[in-house]
Amino acid sequence: MSVITLSVNGKEVAIPEGVSLLEATRAAGVDIPLLCHLDGLEPVGACRLCLVEVEGSNRLMPACTTAASEGMAIHTHTHQLLDYRRMAVELFFAEGNHICAFCVANGNCELQNVAVQVGMDHSRFPYQYPQRVVDASHPLFAIDHNRCILCTRCVRVCDEIEGAHVWDVGSRGSHCHIVAGLDQPWGEVEACTNCGKCVDVCPTGAIFHKEDTTAEKLRHSDRPALLKAARDEHVWRNQ
Amino acid sequence: MTTPDPSTPEPAAPEPSAAGLPDRPKLRLATVWLAGCSGCHMSFLDLDEFLFDLAAVADVVFSPVGIDTKTYPENVDVCLVEGAVANVDNLELARIVRQRTRLVISFGDCAVTANVPGLRNLLASADGSSQQAVLERGYLELADTGAQLPFAPGIVPELLPRVLPLHEVIAVDLFLPGCPPSAQRIKEAIAPLLAGERPVMEGAEMIRFG
Repeated sequence: MSVITLSVNGKEVAIPEGVSLLEATRAAGVDIPLLCHLDGLEPVGACRLCLVEVEGSNRLMPACTTAASEGMAIHTHTHQLLDYRRMAVELFFAEGNHICAFCVANGNCELQNVAVQVGMDHSRFPYQYPQRVVDASHPLFAIDHNRCILCTRCVRVCDEIEGAHVWDVGSRGSHCHIVAGLDQPWGEVEACTNCGKCVDVCPTGAIFHKEDTTAEKLRHSDRPALLKAARDEHVWRNQ
Repeated sequence: MTTPDPSTPEPAAPEPSAAGLPDRPKLRLATVWLAGCSGCHMSFLDLDEFLFDLAAVADVVFSPVGIDTKTYPENVDVCLVEGAVANVDNLELARIVRQRTRLVISFGDCAVTANVPGLRNLLASADGSSQQAVLERGYLELADTGAQLPFAPGIVPELLPRVLPLHEVIAVDLFLPGCPPSAQRIKEAIAPLLAGERPVMEGAEMIRFG
C-alpha cells in the first residue's frame, strides 16, 4: 500500500493512497461535523457539513467524497466554512418540522449534536412548516417524514448492508422524500426483512421503533461499520 | 434577524439604596410569559437557593411568578421572555419589552423556535394563516358538545396568522434554548450578567435544544 502526504490546516499527515479527505482530517486529529456520513456506508456528500477548502480550488469540497491526493493542502475551520456550516444546520431545522420537545430522539439526536457543534442557538431562517406525513403501517417501526433530513443513510444501509433495498428517494427539490418500495406504505413492502438497520442509522427521530416514546430512541449508528468489518475483514466485535 | 445592537435603550437609572446613598444599583430583572407552558418559569423557580443570591443583587420588577405588577415598567436591565408570539397581546407585550429593556433574552425553545405553540402553523391555509384553522380544529371539529368559536372582542386576544419565534418580532440579545432550559443552564446564563459580563453560550450544556 502506497502512502501519500498532504497538509490539513498546515499540519502534514501521511495516509494510505485512495482514502478520502475525511480520513486525512481524522489523521490530523481534526473534528468536522458529519451528518450524512456513516462509517461502513458508501459516502454521498449529501449534507454538506464536511465541506473543506482545498488550496488551488475555488470550490468547496465535501471531505467525505473527495479523494485525498499527494500534496493537497486543505483547511477545515476557516471563518467562511464555520459560517456556512452553521447556516447549513439552521437550514436543516428551518426546512423540516423538528420539534425536539416531544421527539423520540431528543437527547440522542445527531441533528441536535451538530447544532451544538456549529454553535447554533437559534435559526436566522424562518421555519417552513412543510406538509409531511407519518407512515406507521409497518408492524414494528414507523417513519415520520417531518423529522427526515434526507441524509439517505437508511437508503444506503438497506441496500449495501442488508441487501433488501427497501428505501429510495422520490420526487425533486423541496418535495424530495424517502419512499418505501415502489412508493408504497412501508408495511406493504415485501422486500423489508424487519431487520431495523434503518432505525439504527437514522440520525434523527425520523425512523424509530414504535414502542419508543419521547427521548427513548437509542443510537446504534456504529453497527454498519461493525458488520462491514465482520464481512470484509472477518474481524468480529469480540476479537 | 441577526443579533441586534442592544445599545438603543437607556441603561437603568441608579436608585438610592435603603439609606438614601447612591449605592451600586440593583439589577432590574423581569420575566415575561408569552405563548408557552410556563415550564421555563418553573425551571427558573428550580434555581432554589440561588434565588436568594439573585434577590440580593437584583430586583424582580415584573414577572408572572415573582411580583404582582401588571404594567411592564421602564428601565429594565434584563428580561427573560418565555414563549412564542402567538396573539396580539403577545406581540404588544414583546414590543413594550423591547422598548423598555436593555438586554432581552429569548428564554426556552418556544421563544427561540416557536416549538410546540408553533405546531398550529402546520394547519396554515393557502394564504399562510392558521388563525382560523386552529380555532375551527379546537372549538368546532374536536368539540363534544356546544361547538362554537370564541368571540369576545377586547377580552380574548386575537390570534396572529402565524406563531413566530421572538426574534422574528423584536431584536433579541441572547438566546437561551431548552425545553425547558435546566435551572443550571439558567444560572450559568444569568450569573455573568449580574457581574456585568456576557455569558458564553456554547456547548451542549448551554445551547442544546429540547
